[in-house]
Amino acid sequence: MSAGVGVDLENLWIRFGDFVAVRDANVNINGGDFFSFLGPSGCGKTTILRAVSGFLEPSEGNVLIGGNNMKGIGPNKRPTALIFQNLALFPLMKVWENITFSMEIKGASSAERRKRADELLDMIALPDQGDKLPSELSGGQRQRVAIARALCAEPDVLLLDEPLSALDLKLRQHMRTELREIQKRVGITFIYITHDQGEALTMSDDIAVMRAGVIDQIADGKTIYNDPSTAFAASFVGENNVFRGKVKQVMGSEALITTNRSGDLVARISTANQGKMKEGDEAMMFIRPEAFAIAPDGATGDHFVTASVTHEEFEGNVFNIFTEGEGGKEIKVSIPNLGQSFESHTGQAITLEYETRNAVIVPAGELAAE
Amino acid sequence: MNTSFLRVSVWVYLAIFFAYLLGPLVIMSVTAFNSSEFPRATPWECLTFDWFSALFQDQRILNGIKNSLIIGLGTVVLSVAMGLAGALMLTQIWPKLRATYYTIIIAPILIPGVVLGISTLVFWDRINRFLGLGADSFLSNGIFLTVIGQSTFIASYCMLVLVARLQRYDVALTEAALDLGATHAQAFRKILLPFMRPAIASAAVLAFLASFENYNTTTFTFGEYPTLTIELAQKVRYGITPAISALAFIIVVLTVFFALLNEAGIKRKEVVAAARRQATVGEMTGKVRLPGFFTGNAAAVVLVVFAIATISVVGTATVYSPAQCIADVKEQKRLEAEKRIQELRKKREEQRKQREAEQAEQGEAQQSAPKPSNNSGFGNVFAPNTLSGEGEDDAPETDTDEQPSGGNGGFGGAFDPNSLQSPSD
Ligand SMILES: Nc1ncnc2c1ncn2[C@@H]1O[C@H](COP(=O)(O)OP(=O)(O)OP(=O)(O)O)[C@@H](O)[C@H]1O
Ligand SMILES: [Mg+2]
Repeated sequence: MSAGVGVDLENLWIRFGDFVAVRDANVNINGGDFFSFLGPSGCGKTTILRAVSGFLEPSEGNVLIGGNNMKGIGPNKRPTALIFQNLALFPLMKVWENITFSMEIKGASSAERRKRADELLDMIALPDQGDKLPSELSGGQRQRVAIARALCAEPDVLLLDEPLSALDLKLRQHMRTELREIQKRVGITFIYITHDQGEALTMSDDIAVMRAGVIDQIADGKTIYNDPSTAFAASFVGENNVFRGKVKQVMGSEALITTNRSGDLVARISTANQGKMKEGDEAMMFIRPEAFAIAPDGATGDHFVTASVTHEEFEGNVFNIFTEGEGGKEIKVSIPNLGQSFESHTGQAITLEYETRNAVIVPAGELAAE
Repeated sequence: MNTSFLRVSVWVYLAIFFAYLLGPLVIMSVTAFNSSEFPRATPWECLTFDWFSALFQDQRILNGIKNSLIIGLGTVVLSVAMGLAGALMLTQIWPKLRATYYTIIIAPILIPGVVLGISTLVFWDRINRFLGLGADSFLSNGIFLTVIGQSTFIASYCMLVLVARLQRYDVALTEAALDLGATHAQAFRKILLPFMRPAIASAAVLAFLASFENYNTTTFTFGEYPTLTIELAQKVRYGITPAISALAFIIVVLTVFFALLNEAGIKRKEVVAAARRQATVGEMTGKVRLPGFFTGNAAAVVLVVFAIATISVVGTATVYSPAQCIADVKEQKRLEAEKRIQELRKKREEQRKQREAEQAEQGEAQQSAPKPSNNSGFGNVFAPNTLSGEGEDDAPETDTDEQPSGGNGGFGGAFDPNSLQSPSD
C-alpha cells in the first residue's frame, strides 16, 4: 500500500457574506487515512469538503493536497473525487457510462470503458448491472455506483459527503464495513463527512468533531469517546451524563468538583485541559451511563452518587435505568445484560459508583442539542 | 337531478365544444375535394383531387411555403439559442435581480406583434444606415429581418419552456462532471444539454409553429420574401379557390400525423420502461426483450390505420379522374341554364300576351299615356335584376308587374350600377 496523499487545511476561514461557516480550521490528514468530519447538521462539514474539492475558494487560509497549495486550481484539476450528499449520478446515462465518465472525458474508447466498468462493477459487487439506468437501481446499489464512479477517476483523495444518510439502518451498517474495506483495498485517503457518530467511530482512523464552524477536537475515535476535550465533544459523541459545577481542588491530573446538585465528586481532567484548569473555574463532569455500577447501599464518598429509580428499559444487551439524583438531576445508567437476574423498581433508592478514570472534567461549554 | 341526465349533458356539451373547435377545419377540408370553383361543401358537385395539383402548381404559394420554411428554421435556431441562453442566465443571476430580469425577458410576449414588426424594421434600418450600407444589404434582407423580428418574442416562449425544465436540473450534476475532470464546456455538452434535449425539442417545435403562422410581425419585415401567411392574406383579397382548402387539409393531416406519432412514441417509452423495471437481473444481462411497438399502444394502432388511409387516398387520387363527373356536372349545369332560359322565354311570352290582351281591353284611351314600366329603364331582358326577379317566382318584389321601377332595383340589385341610374330615368 502506498503512503497515499495527505491533505492539510491551514488557518482555513470560509465566509458567506457576514456569516462565518468555517472558522480557522487547522487539520492535517495523513495519506491513506480514513478521516471523518463529525458534527451536527449545518456546522460547516459540506463547506469544508467543497473547499477541498475546489468548488469553493477559502476566504482565508490554504488547502494543501500532497503538500501542494491548491489555490486557484479548479475542481477538474484537483486529484480529488467527491461523492455528493445526493450522489448526483447522471440520470440519462447507463450505469457503466456513469462509472467511466472520467474516462470518456479523457477520450477513452468505448471498449476500454466497458472493460474498466466491468472491473469496478465486480469490485462493488454489482456484476452485470452495467446496462441499467441509475433510476433502476436500489439505494444501496446507487451508492456503490457513485463510489465506483469516483474511484474510476483514480483520485488521490476520495471525499464522501454523508453518502449513507439516505439508506436504511441495515444497509447503512452493511455499507460502513464495505466502505472501510474498499478504502483499505485501494489505499487512498478518504475524507468522510457524517453527523452520525456511529459511522465516524466505526470507520475512521481519525475524527474531527465540528461545532458551528469550529473544529473542537481531532483525534482517533477511542480518544474522542474516552477523553473528549470539550463539553460539546463529550455530549455529541455517545451518551453522557453531565454534572455541572465548579472546580474545588486540582490534584495533578485529577480534580475535585463541587457539583450543583450531587455534592463533591472527583474525576480526571481531560488530557487536552490538563494544567489549564484551576480552582473556581466553571466546569462540567461527564460520566457515561455504562461507567456506573450499582454500589452496596449506604456507600458514600467522592465517587458515589445517590439516586432513585424512575423507570427502566430493557434494550437487550443492556438494562437502561433512568434515575433521579438529588434535586431532580436525571442520571442514566446502563447495566450490561450478562444473564444476571436484575430487578429494580420505581422509587427504589440506589447508590451509583464510578471509577475516577471513567469520569472526565472539561471546562464548562456549549452542549450538543439532544 | 339524476346522473344520467348529467352525463348526457356533459356529452352534449363536449359535442358542441368539439364541433366549435373542429367544425371549421372539417368543412374546410371537405371543400378541398369539391370541384366547385369556390370553396364550399354544398352543393356537392364532384369528388376531385385537382385542387391539390392546382396548389402545387401555384408558384406564389409554393414560394411562400419555401420562405416560411427557411424563416421557420432560422427562427428555430436563433430563438432556441437565445431562449437557452436566457434560461441559463436566469438560474445564474443574482437572486435579487431575478424577478426584474424575468419581467424584461417576458415582456416581448405582451407587446403586440405589429409593434415588434415596425420597431424591428426601424431599428435595423437605422443600423443599416449607420453602417453606411445600401438598401440591398444583408441587414435589410427580408429573411434576415423576419427571422430577427419573430425571434424577439418567440425566444421568450422558448425561454419559458426551457426554464421549466432547467428548474428541475440538479446543479450537482454539473459539479459532479467537473469533479470527474470535465471542463465546463464538456459538462455543458455531455450533461446539461442531454438533460435539456426534450425541452429543446419542444421549444423548437413551438418556435417553428409560431414562426410559420406569424403574420403581424412578418407583414412589416418580409421585404421580397413573402411567407405563406402573407401570400394567403394577399390571395384572399382577390378571391380564394379550394386550392387553399387543399393546403389547409394537408396541414391538418400533417398535424394529426405528428401528434399521433408523438403519442405513440411516448406510449412506447412507457411500455419499455415498465418492462425494464420488471426485468430481473438475469433478464437484464440477457438483454430485455423489448415489447412490440403495438402492445398496449392505442396511438400506434391509430397511427398505422391513419397512414394506411392516407396512402390509399393518395393512391386513389393518382388513378382517379373526375373528368367524367365534371363533364356531367357541366352538362347538367348547361341543361339547367337552358331550361331556365326557356322557362324565362315562355314567361316573357305569356306576359307579353297578357299585356297585349289587357291593352286591347282597356282600349285606345290609355295608349297615349303609357304607365311607367320597368322595361323602360332596361331594355335588356337579361339585365341581372330582371333575370333574378323573373326567375324566382316566389320573390315578393316580382309578384306584380305594376311595381315602380325604382323598387325593383332596390331589392333585386341594390349595388348594381344600373339600378342606381334608374331613378334618373
Ligand atoms: N452558499 C452559501 N451561502 C450562504 N450560506 C451558506 C452557503 N452554503 C452553506 N451556507 C451556510 O453554511 C453553514 C454550513 O453549511 P454546510 O452545508 O457546510 O453544513 P453541513 O455541515 O454540511 O450540514 P448538513 O449535515 O446538513 O449537510 C450553514 O449554516 C449554511 O446555511
Ligand atoms: Mg452537508
